[in-house]
This record gives sequence, C-alpha cells and structure tokens, in this order.
Amino acid sequence: MAIWLTKDSRVIVQGITGSEGTKHTRRMVASGTNVVGGVNARKAGSDVDGIPVFASVAEAMAETGADVSVGFVPPPFARDAALEAIDAEIPLLVVITEGVPVQDTAYFFAYARERGTTRIVGPNCPGLISPGQSNAGIIPADISGGGRIGLVSKSGTLTYQMMYELRDVGFSTAVGIGGDPVIGTTHIDCLAAFQADPDTDAIVMIGEIGGDAEERAAEFIQANVTKPVVGYVAGFTAPEGKTMGHAGAIVSGSSGTAAAKAEALQAVGVQVGKTPSETARLMAEIVRG
Amino acid sequence: MDLFEWQAKELFAKYGVPTTRQVVVTSADQVRAAADQLGGGPVMVKAQVKTGGRGKAGGVKFAPTTDDAVEKAEAIFGMDIKGHTVTTILISEAADIGTEYYFSFLLDRGNRSYLAMCSAEGGMEIEELAVERPDALARVPVDPVAGVDSAKAMEIATAGNIPEPVRDQAAAVIESLWKVFVGEEATLVEVNPLVRTPDDQILALDGKVTLDDNAAFRHAEVHDAYRDISATDPLEVRAKELHLNYVKLDGEVGIIGNGAGLVMSTLDVVAYAGEAEGGVRPANFLDIGGGASAEVMANGLDVILSDPSVRAVLVNVFGGITSCDAVANGIVQALSLLEERGERVDKPLVVRLDGNNADEGRRILTEAAHPLVEQVDTMDGAAQRVAHLAHGGGAA
Repeated sequence: MAIWLTKDSRVIVQGITGSEGTKHTRRMVASGTNVVGGVNARKAGSDVDGIPVFASVAEAMAETGADVSVGFVPPPFARDAALEAIDAEIPLLVVITEGVPVQDTAYFFAYARERGTTRIVGPNCPGLISPGQSNAGIIPADISGGGRIGLVSKSGTLTYQMMYELRDVGFSTAVGIGGDPVIGTTHIDCLAAFQADPDTDAIVMIGEIGGDAEERAAEFIQANVTKPVVGYVAGFTAPEGKTMGHAGAIVSGSSGTAAAKAEALQAVGVQVGKTPSETARLMAEIVRG
Repeated sequence: MDLFEWQAKELFAKYGVPTTRQVVVTSADQVRAAADQLGGGPVMVKAQVKTGGRGKAGGVKFAPTTDDAVEKAEAIFGMDIKGHTVTTILISEAADIGTEYYFSFLLDRGNRSYLAMCSAEGGMEIEELAVERPDALARVPVDPVAGVDSAKAMEIATAGNIPEPVRDQAAAVIESLWKVFVGEEATLVEVNPLVRTPDDQILALDGKVTLDDNAAFRHAEVHDAYRDISATDPLEVRAKELHLNYVKLDGEVGIIGNGAGLVMSTLDVVAYAGEAEGGVRPANFLDIGGGASAEVMANGLDVILSDPSVRAVLVNVFGGITSCDAVANGIVQALSLLEERGERVDKPLVVRLDGNNADEGRRILTEAAHPLVEQVDTMDGAAQRVAHLAHGGGAA
C-alpha cells in the first residue's frame, strides 16, 4: 500500500515547462511514476517529452484523471498555483518550491483546510516517494527500494541520508514535509497515516530546531502510535536567534531547541539517535528483531 | 528579520497607528537637536537593541529636560545589554501614560495560522504575563483568509478586556496593526505597551516587528533600508554577498555541506565527536545547496578558510540530485582556484562523499591527491577525523 502515493497515482506537474519542472518530470518518469500531464496556461497544447501540457489544473484533471499535483512554480506565483490546484480539488498537492512567503502559505493552507478536499505537502520540501511505486517530487529514486519502514522528515538531504543508511531494509513511503514555518502536512499527519498503513511496520521521524512540531508529535505518539518509532533531531549546536538554512529552523529564546525535542520524544519511549547513522542502526535493529 | 523599535514605529506611522514622534540619534551630540525638534519638552531616551529587558538593564530613561536627555543618552551609549552594544538611541516624545495594555499579532506555527494576543494588563514582558496572569491574556485565532475587519478587531479588544471607554479606539488601532502585519508581511507585530493616556488616547509606545525574509522580493525597499549590516559578522556579510547560506559560530571546525538539515546534523555530529577531542566545535554553518558547482565550492572554502578560528574543514556531501563526481571536481578546482587567487590553503580538509556517483567522486579526489585533502567514507568517521585534526592531531 504505502501512504498517499501508490502505483495507481496519476501525477501532473505545475511548472512542467520550467527548467526544474522539466528536469524533475524526467526523473519522476524514469523512476516509474505515472506522469499524465503538466500545467502552464501560456503553453497549453504543447508537450514535454510527449506529456501533454494543459491550461489549468482543472483541465488536466478532467482530461487525465490526475489525483496528484507536484508544483515547481517560482515563489512569486506559488500561491496562485496552489489556490488553482485546491479549487480544482486535487487530492494531493506537493509544493516543492523553496522561498514561498509564509503569509502566502498560511493563506493557501487555510483555504485548503476550509475546503477539505486537498492534502498539501510542503512547501520547501523534496516531496514524497513510495519506492517502486511512484515518486512525487525530487527524492532520488535510486537510493532505496521498497520495504516496510515509513519515514517523515523536515529535511531533504537527511531524508536521502536516512534512506541510504536503511537501503537494505527499504521504505513503504518517505515523506519530506519541508523546513518552512508553515507546512501543509506535519509529522503528526504522517505518523497517523503510517500507523494506519498495513504495509508500514516501523517509523523513522526526523525533526529539527524551530517550532514545537516534534513535541506535539511526541504527545501524538504516546496516545496513538503503537508501531515502533525511532527519532532523530538536528540542530543541537544551533545558536539562538539564527535561521539555519531552512526558514523555519530557528531557536527563539528557549523554545524550539533540539534538546527539548529529543527529550520530549524520549519521554514517550521513542529511541533517539545521536547521529543519523546511529538512528539508522536503532531502526535496523528493531526491524530485524 | 527583526526590526529595531524605531523601525517598527516608523512602519506603524505609515499605516496610521497612533504613536509618539521620534528622532534617531547615533551620538550624544545629536541629542539636543533631536529634543528640540520634538518641541523641547520631556522625552524618552531609549537604547535601540534587538533584545528584551532594555528597561531593566537601564537602557530606557525618562528625561524631563533636554539637558537631562543629553546626560541620559551619554550614559546609555556604549552600554552592553545582553551582549548588544548600544550604538543607536531613540529620542521620542514622552507621553502621559494612564494605563498600559499589551497587543500582538503573530504567526502561530503549531496551528498554521495567526494569533492575536491582547491584554488590558500590559507593561511587563509577555512571557511573564503569560505565566503570571494567563487568564488576563486573550489569545484569539485569526484566520489567514478572513483576516481582521472592524468586527474582528472589536472581538479581540473585547476578549482582551480593553475597557469600554477606549475599546472602539483600541479596535481601530488593532485594525491598523493588522494592516502593518499583512502589508509588510510580518510574522510578528507587537506593541508593549499600548497605552491609554489620561485624555483617553490610544498610543503605541513601543514596537517589535519581525519581517518574513522570504517576502523580501515584494518589499525590497523596506528590507534594504532596515537591514542591520553593522551588527552582522563580517564573514556573514561576505558570505551573503557571495549568495552563500552561512552562519558564523564560535568553534574551530569549518563545515561545508549540502542541504540545511544535513549541515545542521553535521554540526551536531562534529560537536559530539569533539567532546573526545578537547571540546572542539563547529566554526560555522554553510549550506552550498543542491548545485555545488566548483565556483560555489571555491567561494564557500574561501570564506571558511579566511576564518582565523578554523583549524580544519569538513566537507560533508550526500549526493541526492547532485552527483558526487561534480562535487569532487568542485573541490579540486576550488583548491586550485584559491591557490591561483593567491589565497593560502593550509588547513586540512576531510571529505566525505556518499550517494549519487560517490565512487567516481572518491576516485577523482584520490587521483588528485591533494596533500591537504583526506577522505573518510562515513559521516561519523569523518566527524571524528576532522575533530581530531582540529584538536591538533596529525596524520592517521
């Protein structure tokens, strides 16, 4: 099965004609994803490697039955592109774009929440992959094959690192939820979905400084997750008040520290690795018994 | 970007939020002219530092006369407030304060929405208020789509227990503050205190505003004007000019990596390894992003090697989209580029490459055989090695 993205997913790409959009469309196709169309109002009627370009998300959905959209639209236009996808009621919208103003994200997230028909992953994320089935975003498909671990992470490269370390075990789905202060899908959303997924046996959760998503996730795990969870938190050495690469990765005063997050997870019985490699070892031990 | 009080109040004035007139000074001999410009009456002399607790530290003083203002300013200039040296002072009209209220709009990350916080009991730090008088602090969710109209502003003022005689006025000010919040794309707009004067005026006497860096492209003028370069580390300024994502830290191990999460993690793993190596710590955060061309690598190495506190450098790359052979070529070219530029390259580099085309990347580095470069296959091993080198350890 996997979560949200399966071999039956029909994917369209918003911004397919841009250089990033085209490059990653090709990678998605090469890894077996069923990319059925793209969207660019000014280039409707053309195609990218034979993939038809439509004028709108609604038209693309009507013509192809698409149920996932992956957005590579630059920051100034990301909000309108997201609103278009939400209005078209696409079930899953993956916003890869980095640098979206947070009020734009807050707006389109609230808009989507009100309608209740679209799940948003991102922005500022690598997307999600169900290895061997489908790949919606930029996670390299050749790092790891399918398996029974679910992975949720704020960071793209740590997602890759963890998939690489656990490539012999494999993943049901890996979700890069993104490093912005406001994101459409949280650790909790992923934990809930992995808990419910019969093809996921255990979960790796990667967090980082900023906000209190990991603390909230810890509470959720205690109340709702029976599958084993292993955690990793990045940013123990981050100074207060400095943004560490990701717009959301900032320790403000005493809140959002890595230590507090790791403690919150450990307090509910989650094993937390000191390094990504140790975290992977902990998970491998659990899976192999 | 966090703004100074004077900048926040300038933005308030732009949106019609009632506040006091003000003049910014950078030396004591400008104070007399500033006070005269404000009419020669009593003024407030306020240290401009981006940290809380200025008042307690003695950085905010009431001056009944201009002579007194000069004296107070002389005392405040150069003062150290929680590690911030006072180089700028705000001279503002002193207002008659009747009652102090608290107000803020902020991004609520957890609920992925906005929050208005309002209290008729202002004057103390919000953290204290939240702990000591939680019931007195109203937290009203604000929907990002619906926003704040006059009815919503009234709801907030009422929830905060702003007294009836000035509630309409307070609501009008709240509506204007909302315009500041969305108009400037802030993640925080805080007024503490928001005061009620004895003649029932509502005034914003202080202001704290954080602007969203991601929205800078829509507000270039404000962001450029308010950017505080003097307070930024010179290496950070240089890195920014080179479009590098760099944060200066206080350790000895220079770090270069790709992707914010992996670089943050690398800092931690190095600090962890450093515990056994005399407590060496990371000297910086530097994310070269996905591309990692030779030029970006050269610029990154250039900044890091010019940091006198750096004793050894770790390059930690996981090739996802990026191919490791490109990264390896980048390192080799960067080193010769730096040598061509006449830079001294004399600090050891530990390189760990994994992921996309790692074998080829490692082969390129092995073949180049640069005397300062050594490779370690794992992240943990590389961190231990670089910590050892930074601690003064020699060849393995």
